Amino acid sequence: MSDMYDVIIVGGGPAGLSAALSAQQNGAKKILVLERDREAGGILQQCVHNGFGLHHFKEELTGPGYAQRCYDLVKDLPEVEILVDTMVLEVRKDKTVRAINPTRGVMELKGKSIVLTMGCRERTRGAIRIPGTRPAGVYTAGAAQRMVNMEGYIPGKKVVILGSGDIGLIMARRMSLEGCKVQAVLEICPFSNGLTRNIVQCLNDYDIPLHLSHTIVAIHGKDRVTGVTVAKVDDKMRPIAGTEFEIDCDTVLLSVGLIPENELSRGLGLAIHPLTSGPIVDQRRETSELGIFAAGNVVHVHDLVDFVSDEAEIAGKFAAKAALGEGGGRKRDLAVSTGANVRTCVPQHLRLGDDAEKVRLFMRVTQPMRGKLKLKVTSGGEEVFAKPLMIAKPSEMIAVDLPEAKIAALSSELTVSLEEGN
Amino acid sequence: MEREADVVVIGGGIVGTATLAALARYDLKCVLVEKEPDVAAGTTKANSAILHAGFDAPTGSMKARMNVEGNRLYHELRDELDLDIEWTGSFVCATTEEEEAQLQELKKRGEANGVSGLEIWSGDKVREKEPNLSTAIRSALWAPTAGLCWPFGLAAAFAENAMENGAEIMRDCEVTDIRVEDGKIAAVETTEGAIRARFVVNAAGVFADKVAAMAGDKSFSIRPRKGEYVLFDKTAQEKMVKGIVFPAPTKTSKGILVCATTHGNVFVGPNAQEQESRDDTAVTTAGMDEIIAGAKKLVPELPMGAAITQFAGIRAVSDTNDFIIGESKTAKGLYHAAGIQSPGLTSAPAIARLLSEEIAKAAGAQAKKNVVKERPAQPVFRELSAEEQAALIKKDARYGRVICRCETITEGEIVDAIRRPCGARTVDGVKRRTRAGMGRCQGGFCGPRVIEILSRELSIPVPKVRKDGKDSYMYEEKLGGARK
Repeated sequence: MSDMYDVIIVGGGPAGLSAALSAQQNGAKKILVLERDREAGGILQQCVHNGFGLHHFKEELTGPGYAQRCYDLVKDLPEVEILVDTMVLEVRKDKTVRAINPTRGVMELKGKSIVLTMGCRERTRGAIRIPGTRPAGVYTAGAAQRMVNMEGYIPGKKVVILGSGDIGLIMARRMSLEGCKVQAVLEICPFSNGLTRNIVQCLNDYDIPLHLSHTIVAIHGKDRVTGVTVAKVDDKMRPIAGTEFEIDCDTVLLSVGLIPENELSRGLGLAIHPLTSGPIVDQRRETSELGIFAAGNVVHVHDLVDFVSDEAEIAGKFAAKAALGEGGGRKRDLAVSTGANVRTCVPQHLRLGDDAEKVRLFMRVTQPMRGKLKLKVTSGGEEVFAKPLMIAKPSEMIAVDLPEAKIAALSSELTVSLEEGN
Repeated sequence: MEREADVVVIGGGIVGTATLAALARYDLKCVLVEKEPDVAAGTTKANSAILHAGFDAPTGSMKARMNVEGNRLYHELRDELDLDIEWTGSFVCATTEEEEAQLQELKKRGEANGVSGLEIWSGDKVREKEPNLSTAIRSALWAPTAGLCWPFGLAAAFAENAMENGAEIMRDCEVTDIRVEDGKIAAVETTEGAIRARFVVNAAGVFADKVAAMAGDKSFSIRPRKGEYVLFDKTAQEKMVKGIVFPAPTKTSKGILVCATTHGNVFVGPNAQEQESRDDTAVTTAGMDEIIAGAKKLVPELPMGAAITQFAGIRAVSDTNDFIIGESKTAKGLYHAAGIQSPGLTSAPAIARLLSEEIAKAAGAQAKKNVVKERPAQPVFRELSAEEQAALIKKDARYGRVICRCETITEGEIVDAIRRPCGARTVDGVKRRTRAGMGRCQGGFCGPRVIEILSRELSIPVPKVRKDGKDSYMYEEKLGGARK
């Protein structure tokens, strides 16, 4: 069985659904979204808190509310088909997708273009090598969040959270609301990796202590967690001997980073960027393999789902155009490199033709900066774009649109940097 | 009411399960008791997972005999029981002249022990096979009969085969005492009641001396020795090794090795720490630093970013420094398989054969006529062809639902793992039988789904689902209402 589609989208989270809508709006006639979970919506289904959608939908929504909005926008479109409970096993360079589900069995599907929107997964205890025993009671914050918000159980009553990423902060509040005691949130960096609003609303409002420059040096307990040993770390993030103290707890939640989920991309042989851990893409979010696009957390971990949708709309649009044979005509390939204080920037390069084309850049900085800052994009030593900023944090994505008029005239590589002063 | 059996095997590790499988081939009523929720919960689950060739132990020792014989038996059992074994061969590497002399000694000893095919290879020849090994390696001892295995899988296979032949396995069942009458074994008292039996196999691992003492036998003691490991993701293999690579051995251990697994991962370790506790499997920062430094002598560029987990195991070291195998001198009917440290995994089938023959003889038991040699087939979805996959999903739609994304494990496989003989009862039990949760996300995505399936299949509420150990409950009922 081989079915032909204009666009096949791997992943039915906010990125996949937004890409589907955009592909439809840009002329694709046959669009298929493949989702491995029981429902579309992705990780947002378990994010029952609010704060989503302010940029993209111009109103405040909960996670499930945002997911529902994305779903409602495509569910009745005749051009869009969504298959849930469906796992993609392989994507091939000829744009064949091999997938399975319980009702249709093994499927071989063919797309004119493909959009990868598999999202990301959480870093685990093993990846950060926490010493100690291996009892029950140590969970990634996201797994615990699913159990609390979707399945209706709590992971324990006395909780220590390692990592002040947004999921960790959100879970600190969530556990408190469930009647559990959150003993502390520990952060190995000297600054939090979460959004400021989450520090205020999830920790400060609940009197939960945040220990910066601290980490867990041992987990205790045989069958179930009984406590942790915590220590202060030096500027190289090594525990300082003599600073250890014990915290009594039955649960440890880990919020120690997210990693784009790129097993299918690797299987495809796509070029992967070492810092973002996602596929290298151009301004259309087209990967190293033409006709294969990627967007959202699979490309680089976003802080706001709104940006995920924005980026997926770009990918969906150009996937549709490529499927309709409107993708070519691009002669210049210009790298976008990172300069001072910028850690990552997506897209990593531009493939340009003669026509003007909008370019949206997403970047993260290397360390927190404050004061008079200037985000600068240069090309051939010349400034093409600048934007003043007052504050920049590694946890918050900076998004800028480069003016169309400037893009058409570019002839040499771009550098993005963040400077202090002016 | 007391249960009755001919033989009670104490301990569901590799030795206990292999012995049970061997005993079940006689017309004996056999019961295995294991204190944890699953078999292979102690030393068997955390070790180097190597089937050694047999050149390490002194010639004439029980260790040497059992090792070489066990290795031979695994070559036979592999197909019969569908065991997860890869005969990769092993290297012992020398970086100095002294160590090169040691290799010659090992080779001579191995040959005296009956190990075939031993060769000394030049450093360059070794690096042709394992290109990431240090250029400091001058030569290595090549042992083609060594192999990798999946120890949990071996124990589970023995347990399943034993049950196919009528043996019973009681898990979550701890021995509290052993009754001896007139110098003979009379019964085993457990947390699930007493079992009357004439014969007891003591395969209690690090607790073997405690079990012996329950029957009044204080002839030996066991010292726990901890070994720590770091496990790497599959993506690390091309930067590490495809087989088994030891350094030159020290007096007390085979050293810190770099070794592949049958699942395509790589681990480094173990160190060797004497400790008092018999169940403290905590990993330490110092220990990890030690094994990483040790491993770097073999593979200088370790891809530490690909480390996925750490673990530690406890080895049972006897005060005789050799295996203690055979009938107790003081309690008739009590048969020890004690002090089974390395090469215990390799030796298990040989120990099982020796003990089962002795017990059958003492009991006057005959071999059963219709022995089942296999175990029930276990479909592994990801290893099937597209046609086979399609056929399997058609037969049972649950094979079309992937639960573990990292390892492509389907609901069908998880249900099978729970329902098969000696099936999984815990999340780790599912993981060890199917690999669900063993991948990059370490159960982050599939954990909640596996808990739900266990709860459904075992008819227990979610808060009764355990991770691994006896009291390792994972989730609780909600408290209701915010904290005051």
